[in-house]
Amino acid sequence: MTAKQTSKPSTRLMQGDEACAEGAIAAGCRFFAGYPITPATEIAEVLSRRLPQVGGKFIQMEDEISSAAAIIGASVGGAKSMTATSGPGLSLMQENIGYAAMTEIPCVIVDVQRLGPSTGRPTAPSQGDVMQARWGSHGDYPIIALSPSSIRETFDLTIKAFNLSERYRTPVILLMDEVIGHMRERVDIPAPDDIECIDRASTTVPPEWYKPYENFPADVPPLVPFGEGYRYHITGLHHDERGYPTNRLDEVQPWLDRIFRKIDTGLSDILLYEADGIREAEILVIAYGVTARSARYAVEQARARGRKVGYLKLKTIWPFAKEIVEHAAARLHRVIVPEMNRGQVALEVERVVGRHKVRRVTRADGEMIKPVDILAAMEV
Amino acid sequence: MTSNPKHGSRVHERYLRHHKKFPNVWCAGCGIGIVLGAIIRTIDALQIDKNDVAVISGIGCTGRMPVYADFNTMHTTHGRALAFATGLKMVRPDMKVIAVMGDGDALAIGGNHFIHAARRNIGITSIVVNNFIYGMTGGQYSPTTPIGAQAATAPYGHIEQPFPIAELSIAAGAAFVARSTVYHVRELEKYIAQALGNDGFSVVEAVSYCHTTLGRINRWGKAPDMMARLKEQSVSQNKAEKMSEEEKQGLIVRGIFVDRDIPEYTKLYDQVIERAQAEVAK
Repeated sequence: MTAKQTSKPSTRLMQGDEACAEGAIAAGCRFFAGYPITPATEIAEVLSRRLPQVGGKFIQMEDEISSAAAIIGASVGGAKSMTATSGPGLSLMQENIGYAAMTEIPCVIVDVQRLGPSTGRPTAPSQGDVMQARWGSHGDYPIIALSPSSIRETFDLTIKAFNLSERYRTPVILLMDEVIGHMRERVDIPAPDDIECIDRASTTVPPEWYKPYENFPADVPPLVPFGEGYRYHITGLHHDERGYPTNRLDEVQPWLDRIFRKIDTGLSDILLYEADGIREAEILVIAYGVTARSARYAVEQARARGRKVGYLKLKTIWPFAKEIVEHAAARLHRVIVPEMNRGQVALEVERVVGRHKVRRVTRADGEMIKPVDILAAMEV
Repeated sequence: MTSNPKHGSRVHERYLRHHKKFPNVWCAGCGIGIVLGAIIRTIDALQIDKNDVAVISGIGCTGRMPVYADFNTMHTTHGRALAFATGLKMVRPDMKVIAVMGDGDALAIGGNHFIHAARRNIGITSIVVNNFIYGMTGGQYSPTTPIGAQAATAPYGHIEQPFPIAELSIAAGAAFVARSTVYHVRELEKYIAQALGNDGFSVVEAVSYCHTTLGRINRWGKAPDMMARLKEQSVSQNKAEKMSEEEKQGLIVRGIFVDRDIPEYTKLYDQVIERAQAEVAK
């Protein structure tokens, strides 16, 4: 784990949590605050060793609330920042995830999902935090959530999470799960020069002109770190373009419109997915995270038996890829959505394609969904 | 309050965002503005560059303090000022990071962050404005409300013992701990200056009052009466040392209780970075 910085591509056997930590380093993350929790602890352990090696900083906080707060504070100081937790910790972080959305401070929150509710089964996988990731904090705010289905994808999507967070000035949640977190796979790590890293926009205007929440012309105004001569105010209250609290509707509404617009106009950049066999399909399988692996296998099996099955793997869970799903399912009468919960992404799919088309394949007992269960849903 | 001529008469104008969001939210006669004034005059006297100062708060009447001052300011979530400040201090160790909190903010919802920030001895200056009540929500009892007092949520008298902020800070590991009141402004400024001068985690308890809630419900009088009580019911540490426990009962003891030189967290972390990089270089 004392990996020297290399300028060449390399191949390693890695655990998902480790790939997430290495992806963070590769993305330029230089601050991590976290609290131990199964099955995410390894991310903190790796980063406690790796971050100081690259001049970054790690801190183990007193709880998940303060972990989320600390990464936002560090981000305000200019560092790309991350925390990692599991469902119970994500619940505690929601207060400050809402704050990051409100104040438009970039940060990455990793949730290695385990079976809930409550303490649940800490070592059992789940995809039960999909809706928590979307609606966990109070009020209306946009959020980005990504979900990897392999160890290499964990590395890549961690980098993407940072890039989206910095580009759109928004918290980004990486929805892993216990299987992806603890599984080991061969990972081909690209050379650092081949990794695209995006930094938040800076400003060229003098400090007295700077507006950290300016609504025009850009949907994502530049964010200058504290300590660089641009003295401004950040608040969780509704605020005007300079960041000062406001109750004026003509200041609240344009801000609210902008924070949703900045995500909407970036959809082509934000929505990541893989699809094949859609054009000739009679049945469509939509999956994400580790369940996409079972879905992939089931689709191959069905195709080998002559069935025309389309496969759509969502890497971006939020915002929901509604146009993509709508388009893929337009001609079809059956859409199968397997997931390790009682049907959370299925709710979105049903909303978009119509309830009568959707077959849910769900498990919320901490066991993975088997390909045979997905194949069975094609037959019914 | 007399103005110190060496500061110049326009010191506030140079530090307040007076053309922005005034008037302020506080009730006429509130002590929080006095604490803000003390912070500003101290920073001016110490000639600290505004760009190097971050003032971070949580929620409540004291949470509204940073917005008025022309520093790098952040009004965060309830109780979490020190957690946000910890992240900022770690990536900007050269900045003067000041956390301003009320008693409920620092010690109830933020109590855990408070003791752990002190335990780490991270270089943050904490200023706790203790008005013994939740003022903004209308006078519910806080972790420092005195036993026997009435509050909006203690209509039959308060039965919980209060947290002694200074003693708690010392036990938790703070490097500098002092207490004064909004009546003793010059003393308060002196303590804030010393707190800013200590590299470690420092706490200044600024004892204030809330005439609008606690004062009214307990018939303790208006703002001037409550200000007078701070004068009458507080003693310096020197005097207190000569008094018996009985005599000290109910009095606010003012003074510096701890001023120690213990290794500061971000400086210790620099050593972690050195060790980690030495390991890689091997």
